[in-house]
Amino acid sequence: MPNRTNNKVILRLIVAVFGMFGFGFALVPLYNVLCDVTGLNGKTAGQYEVTGTLEADQSRFITVQFTTSNNAEMPWEFHPKEAMIKVRPGEINEVFFVAKNPTEHRMKAQAVPSLSPSAAVEFFNKTECFCFTQQALEPGESIDMPLRFFVARDIPEKISKLTLSYTLFSLPEVAAN
Amino acid sequence: MPLRTMPWFRLVVGAMLLSSSSAWAEWTVNMTPGVTAISREIYSLHMIIFWICVVIGVVVFGVMFWSVFAHRKSKGAKPAQFHESTTVELIWTTIPFVILIAMAIPATKTLVKIYDSKESVIDVKITASQWKWRYDYLNDGFGYFSNLRTAQDEIYNKAPKGDHYLLEVDEPLVLPVNTKVRFLITASDVIHSWWVPALAVKKDAIPGFVNESWTIIDEPGIYRGQCAELCGKDHGFMPIVVIAKEQAEYDAWVASRKTAAAQENELKGKELSKDELMERGGKTYATFCAACHNLEGTGTPPVFPALKGSAIALGDKNAHINLVLNGKAGTAMAAFGAQLSEVDLAAVITYERNAWGNDTGDVIQPAEIAKLKAAQ
Amino acid sequence: MSAVLETHNHDHHGPAKGLMRWVFTTNHKDIGTLYLWFSFTMFLVGGCMAMVIRAELFQPGLQIVRPEFFNQMTTMHGLIMVFGAVMPAFVGLANWLVPMMIGAPDMALPRLNNLSFWILPFAFLLLLSTLFMEGGAPNFGWTFYAPLSTTYAPKTVTFFIFGVHIMGASSIMGAINIIATILNLRAPGMTLMKMPLFVWTWLITAYLLIAVMPVLAGVVTMMLMDIHFGTSFFSAAGGGDPVLFQHVFWFFGHPEVYIMILPAFGVVSQIIPTFSRKRLFGYTSMVYATASIAFLSFIVWAHHMFTVGMPLAGELFFMYATMLIAVPTGVKVFNWVTTMFRGSLSFETPMLFAVSFVVLFTIGGFSGLMLAIAPADFQYHDTYFVVAHFHYVLVPGAIFGIMGAVYYWLPKWCGNMYNETLGKVHFWLSFIGMNLAFFPMHFVGLAGMPRRIPDYALQFADFNRISSVGAFMFGATQLLFLYIVINTIRSGKPATAQVWEGTDGLEWTIPSPAPYHTFTTPPEVK
Repeated sequence: MPNRTNNKVILRLIVAVFGMFGFGFALVPLYNVLCDVTGLNGKTAGQYEVTGTLEADQSRFITVQFTTSNNAEMPWEFHPKEAMIKVRPGEINEVFFVAKNPTEHRMKAQAVPSLSPSAAVEFFNKTECFCFTQQALEPGESIDMPLRFFVARDIPEKISKLTLSYTLFSLPEVAAN
Repeated sequence: MPLRTMPWFRLVVGAMLLSSSSAWAEWTVNMTPGVTAISREIYSLHMIIFWICVVIGVVVFGVMFWSVFAHRKSKGAKPAQFHESTTVELIWTTIPFVILIAMAIPATKTLVKIYDSKESVIDVKITASQWKWRYDYLNDGFGYFSNLRTAQDEIYNKAPKGDHYLLEVDEPLVLPVNTKVRFLITASDVIHSWWVPALAVKKDAIPGFVNESWTIIDEPGIYRGQCAELCGKDHGFMPIVVIAKEQAEYDAWVASRKTAAAQENELKGKELSKDELMERGGKTYATFCAACHNLEGTGTPPVFPALKGSAIALGDKNAHINLVLNGKAGTAMAAFGAQLSEVDLAAVITYERNAWGNDTGDVIQPAEIAKLKAAQ
Repeated sequence: MSAVLETHNHDHHGPAKGLMRWVFTTNHKDIGTLYLWFSFTMFLVGGCMAMVIRAELFQPGLQIVRPEFFNQMTTMHGLIMVFGAVMPAFVGLANWLVPMMIGAPDMALPRLNNLSFWILPFAFLLLLSTLFMEGGAPNFGWTFYAPLSTTYAPKTVTFFIFGVHIMGASSIMGAINIIATILNLRAPGMTLMKMPLFVWTWLITAYLLIAVMPVLAGVVTMMLMDIHFGTSFFSAAGGGDPVLFQHVFWFFGHPEVYIMILPAFGVVSQIIPTFSRKRLFGYTSMVYATASIAFLSFIVWAHHMFTVGMPLAGELFFMYATMLIAVPTGVKVFNWVTTMFRGSLSFETPMLFAVSFVVLFTIGGFSGLMLAIAPADFQYHDTYFVVAHFHYVLVPGAIFGIMGAVYYWLPKWCGNMYNETLGKVHFWLSFIGMNLAFFPMHFVGLAGMPRRIPDYALQFADFNRISSVGAFMFGATQLLFLYIVINTIRSGKPATAQVWEGTDGLEWTIPSPAPYHTFTTPPEVK
């Protein structure tokens, strides 16, 4: 039996198997890169550092809608202070979201943003957002959470309305007290 | 048993496509053309491709069955010797390719239209959860849950099934005709999919993400759909009903909705009688609780505990309220605090503590719930 | 004749006696037999689950099972049929046939072969045992979308994950073995382009397995980590994305579909020329078409996810790529039809299965083409139209391919002819039952019935009843198949070495039944 050729083939195949197993995991960062580039699923980017000065585009308004959802088993009250604002591209705006922990124990939460339409994701920049960090609230505590953002000036004309949605997830780690 | 209700009779007749059951009135074998420009376009796309397939099928199977009948050994057919022809292979690679391009052109056009992003007049956020829908009218600031209305008795064959069995809800989605409506679709637990065939809208509802879709309905009417993505136990029991109304009727409906919300707010502060609470609580229970805990309060142990005679329903009132408000972590018991109004919560807890022989005599008032909520 | 041959074989002994023969065997024919019996057992188990599903759907309302259990049945039916029935059956056929077709004495790695079979029963015991555990069996569909299969899964999901790992390992080992055998053990003169098409399709299938089974292992590993080790691959709360699961799953899932059909293409490409008494029309283009289908299978996965919310460019790309698959698939169908054209046809049972394969698989292909049209898919997606589509490619595709193969080669394996009348009865009952079961599903799907529901609206009642009757008929008929096979092994008429009039290939040059050891000295291929 041609053992040497056999071993060579088998070795190559085993390498391929492990390679493909790794590739499965490599799909995770690949997918994230794809999402960043295409705005797939409306995942908005992290903190945006403003360099230079921003100049507002006085010629048009963009409507930005805010909406919130609670994931299952999340008892917090969570809503935007304003449901909708009109903004000028290139102008920094600040809005607040209210969260309240109505339960009898300390809870931690994470808000996950999603922007629609997904084509607008690359033009939506957040300079400050409560969604960058986890929120912890004592029983009965309520908090106003800020979001500072601007819509890039080069946002296409045909996009006139954006909807920013936050889903609040409860995090399993309940602080020991 | 009358002959025509006997299963075997119905089966035989049904197989002969002659059944007289009432369902035949709605009996259909094809996709609905629907009531929007997009749905009609999709329908004609579907029919074009279907007929292309039929023609290809007739040609290919025609040649094949010709061989099957004419080139039989039993008829003395002698096998020909031809094989391998690059020309022939090229021909039958090219022709399908051309046909595919012909199909791709209208498909692409329709798809581009579906992705049109012209600004909408009405924005409805659709939130799916196990196993109901919530509709929030973002521009008008109200929203509500939409649940299956079909009674458990119909499902378990204890009562005759209605005309819209499994396709009826307590609170349908109401939309105006000839207006661009944008749907923002999300979910709060697992993935669901919002589908109304007549609108040709099917979009997955994904927890943590918002998907967008839109429609412009042409004709007033009632359009029914269902959740299309497996979402757990009651995936088959979360229908969608859309009622399309003329603009004026729609405006009136929105106004009445707003008044109702105000009234509900008022009711919150009122003292209700036990009978009032029991009546309202029974309805709320049937919609929100009976799927798991059963109409008779017997539950489906071990997963869904019984409420009849249970320690919680008979024990400490506040513990019971707390459980309903906040749910129980690690179990299927959801938190209803945000989902139900104070009035409904008070009613359903009163009901649970007094129905099926749970005679605690406790009466819980909306104000009590509001106080507990605030104190928490 | 075989006895004579065996006595001359001093170097090799016949099979050991008793149960241990099967436990320790490294003989490709024994292992092939084990795979085939295992597959048939799983086919019956998965079939029983299908019967439960169809019984519940016989009429509207909940009669027999609760929705929770219904979901367990649909999930287990899918998993068992895909991983327990179809895939092992093809590996069994490969074990029996590949060495005999290329003139090899055995598989390249006989001990690995034994191992890859014997871990399979454990994988399925693990999976089936979940039915009796608290929380019940997996209930999230065979596609196990997160988070239904992670955060919201029953506790038994861990057993499911390990089961999938084991069956994946088994498939990978089987694939390595088949590739090594085909590449290294061909008889002198058996060049790649002289190999029978069954060997070719299996070679390509084996490469597909190597490429995608590790990805499946990867995706279930990620699930395991999400469930037990606090990672967030598929949970939005921790920065993950449930849609990512679908991308990774279907990157495995679509090639998997072709893993289940390519070997059947191979089988049909052997059977049709035999009973047409005419050479396969375009051998070379068949090989290239198979390779193109395999290649395209890697770039079409997201057509399973058209409604998930992709950008327009993504939808267009996956729509075009998917439509392209129709070209090589068409080439295959045209070649089969042209092979039959002006042949000298006879219709023994294997040919009946092969001809109905071509017709019904093509119908499944047509509905596949319709599903590829993204805008139309918004109406078809997750309805019974999809259920009809994939059952049309899997039942008369994969299953009829396997049954045709069994009737075709059984005389070679056991030395006896099956009962032709019973074989034909089996075929026709299966054919009618299958069409009765699955054709009406097109209608209810188009009319708006979603898949995976235990109860349905009244307008779907009549077609569902017909489907159920067809399914019961198809299911019951398979017991006849069992009887025919056992009867053939025990008491069929002796078969000749050539078995069929029009056969061509090395396996028909050895006596029937095939001796325990064949081609210990490689044959010379012209």
